[in-house]
Amino acid sequence: MAKRKSDVGTLYRGSPGQWSWLAHRITGIAVILFLFAHVVDTAVVGWGPEAYNKVVEVYHNWVVKLLELGLVAAVLYHAINGTKIMVFDFWPSTTRHMRSISLASTGLFLLAMLPITWIMGESILDSAGVI
Amino acid sequence: MAVQAKEHAPAAPGRRVPSAYGGSRERPAGGFELWSWLFMRISGLVLLVLAVGHVLIVHVLDEGVDRVNFGFVAARWGSPFWRTWDWALLVLALIHGINGLRVIVQDYVRWPGARLALNMAFYVIGFVLFVLGTVVVFTFDPNAWPAVG
Repeated sequence: MAKRKSDVGTLYRGSPGQWSWLAHRITGIAVILFLFAHVVDTAVVGWGPEAYNKVVEVYHNWVVKLLELGLVAAVLYHAINGTKIMVFDFWPSTTRHMRSISLASTGLFLLAMLPITWIMGESILDSAGVI
Repeated sequence: MAVQAKEHAPAAPGRRVPSAYGGSRERPAGGFELWSWLFMRISGLVLLVLAVGHVLIVHVLDEGVDRVNFGFVAARWGSPFWRTWDWALLVLALIHGINGLRVIVQDYVRWPGARLALNMAFYVIGFVLFVLGTVVVFTFDPNAWPAVG
């Protein structure tokens, strides 16, 4: 099918759901890739305190803590958005309120990130030697 | 064109519910894919407690990761409750995550050889990590290092 001129170079805009769908995939991939590394670093605990404390020291670096904040955000987003997906899947009639439920779940995520960013941010700045 | 369109269509289209627009995957019609779809939702519900709880307790509250060291793990795994929690989290997160990767590979990797290779790599990684994690969670004994215990 020939493309109309207006189709070229424009962004596909199907539904607001496409963005949460994409974010759900990206956060999911991020979390499982981290989990692969995390199982290995935790397993080092079986090799004694010297080995484990050396490994876990990596997590006390401020750059790694910044990534950790991203990880917490990814887990939380994936969890809240996943709950939203289940609501739509198991109670299809709720899709009538899709827009407000999506807004509510995004709002809940952002609201939860406020104190988390505050708490972890303080720890990041502390490790970086800023405060 | 028509052939190509058919190639893209799922072999057995599921019930088209409006939720397909809510950012979720369409419910598969049956077989393994339906069980996989259902598993993702049920394990997701359990992980909502296990994973979010773990992340908040270990990474956010009470000094977060700063307090995590050998002694912290030794104290935590002194309780069978936390050992069970962490093991359940390990198993469910691995299966949920690797099944998620399988769905994503199915969507983006077209060449069957690459698809198989990627999925096999994920399954092997998953199995090795399952064994490693299970052994460590259940055999860990802090008293093997009396200086710290």
